[in-house]
Amino acid sequence: MASDDVRTDRRYSKDHEWTKQENDHVVVGITAFAVDQLGDITLVNLDVKPGDTITAGTAFGTIESVKTLSDLFAPVSGKVTRVNGDLESRPELVNEDCYGAAWMIEVAPSDPGELGALMDPAAYAELLKTAAH
Amino acid sequence: MSTKPLPTAPLRRTPLYDEHIKLGGRMVPFAGWEMPVQYKGVTEEHRAVRTAAGLFDVSHMGEVILSGEHAGQVVDYLVTNDVKKLEDGQALYTCACNEVGTILDDFIVYRIDARQWLIVCNASNRDKIAAHVRSAAQGHCSFEDASDRTAMMALQGPKALDIVALAGGDGPALRELPPFHFRDATLAGVRCTVARTGYTGEDGIEIFCSPSDAQRLWRALVELGGPLGLEATGLGARDTLRLEARLSLYGNDIDETTNPIEAALGWAVKLDKGDFVGRAALQRIKEEGPARKLIGFEMVGRGIARHGYPLLDAGGAKVGVCTSGSPGPTVGKNIGLGYLPVSMAQVGTAFQVDCRGRTVEAVVVKTPFYKRA
Repeated sequence: MASDDVRTDRRYSKDHEWTKQENDHVVVGITAFAVDQLGDITLVNLDVKPGDTITAGTAFGTIESVKTLSDLFAPVSGKVTRVNGDLESRPELVNEDCYGAAWMIEVAPSDPGELGALMDPAAYAELLKTAAH
Repeated sequence: MSTKPLPTAPLRRTPLYDEHIKLGGRMVPFAGWEMPVQYKGVTEEHRAVRTAAGLFDVSHMGEVILSGEHAGQVVDYLVTNDVKKLEDGQALYTCACNEVGTILDDFIVYRIDARQWLIVCNASNRDKIAAHVRSAAQGHCSFEDASDRTAMMALQGPKALDIVALAGGDGPALRELPPFHFRDATLAGVRCTVARTGYTGEDGIEIFCSPSDAQRLWRALVELGGPLGLEATGLGARDTLRLEARLSLYGNDIDETTNPIEAALGWAVKLDKGDFVGRAALQRIKEEGPARKLIGFEMVGRGIARHGYPLLDAGGAKVGVCTSGSPGPTVGKNIGLGYLPVSMAQVGTAFQVDCRGRTVEAVVVKTPFYKRA
């Protein structure tokens, strides 16, 4: 997957997470750019379970590659409704399909305004152009 | 996902910078240099070195040359290992300690001849070691920091000698070069010095040449090695390879707060060789026995230990610290090095790693984690 792959059906945080609205819920994952920066993913720890409340900007887990560890920051606040348990045993899914099978959590957002504050695909694509010098 | 801000200090570039960019290298700051951390990916590069070959730019390392009648004596006084037994064209791994017996640097000493000695030190310690050696040389022999006129690359892996044999000139003859020996050679038309040394746990060579020739030699090796599986390899793979081979990384596993005895580098300390910097302190440490030991461990639970993570005993008390840790691509486990009290240093001892608040089981294992067949 190209590191500048930006999907048009979602919104993005400055921490390189994507959010995708599905009915009343928001699915969260990390972008191809984030995956490219991390390299080979070797461990995903999701520190939340369904029913937990998360706050935008706070960590809900960590992701590790061979070389580094990064926090996963919640792009929106709300109640966690689903957690992708597959990533515990198959962290490589993040490298293979970060916009699909490697979704991380699903949230019932408590403040719809937060979603609007995230970047649209064009703004995120612009951010990537700057990030890639 | 958070991204770190870019550093503002000017970074130095090696003569191979353009080659790294051409090969898609991701450049990161390292010890004041802009170096490739990876090209295609750490795991892929790691595997290339274990199964075929990898080519590393290590031009950031420091080269210090002492010459004169007493150069050998000066070198011997500065290091813990015994360089007096070296013959011309032979090299030796050693530590250099300070008066209290802690480690200033670990490096390889090369005896060019009785009057000329080369020290190749860690990039992060270049200025410190250059100053240290210069001051010891004062009035005894001449000193040169040759780092800026020396490029260096490492060709490592089971196919390394096959690849260099294709480079013509002295390439085919390098098979006869014994480990920890070096010689002058011409490779791909470039005059260089080749040592049978490395930092990966594989067979291979390290090559010194003029910065103006570095690109030509690098390109030739990349081209000749490609069909045999050679990959350009970055700092990321260099770190996982050396960790599997249990080679210490200065600044992580050893530094000026650790001594060679506790770091399990006692084999490179020759207390009976005559006086040297740190000898009295190291003698005392050896007699009293170290309080802690640098051990290798495997993660039993789900987690990756990282530099700086606390090591805990069964009761959850902090008893040590992880100095290096990562997945080991060849051993297929999450591995690490760390200091533990001697009472907990035996192979098989269970302990825990505090992975940022998450407590994960680990066990002391035999090292190296990986040894080539």
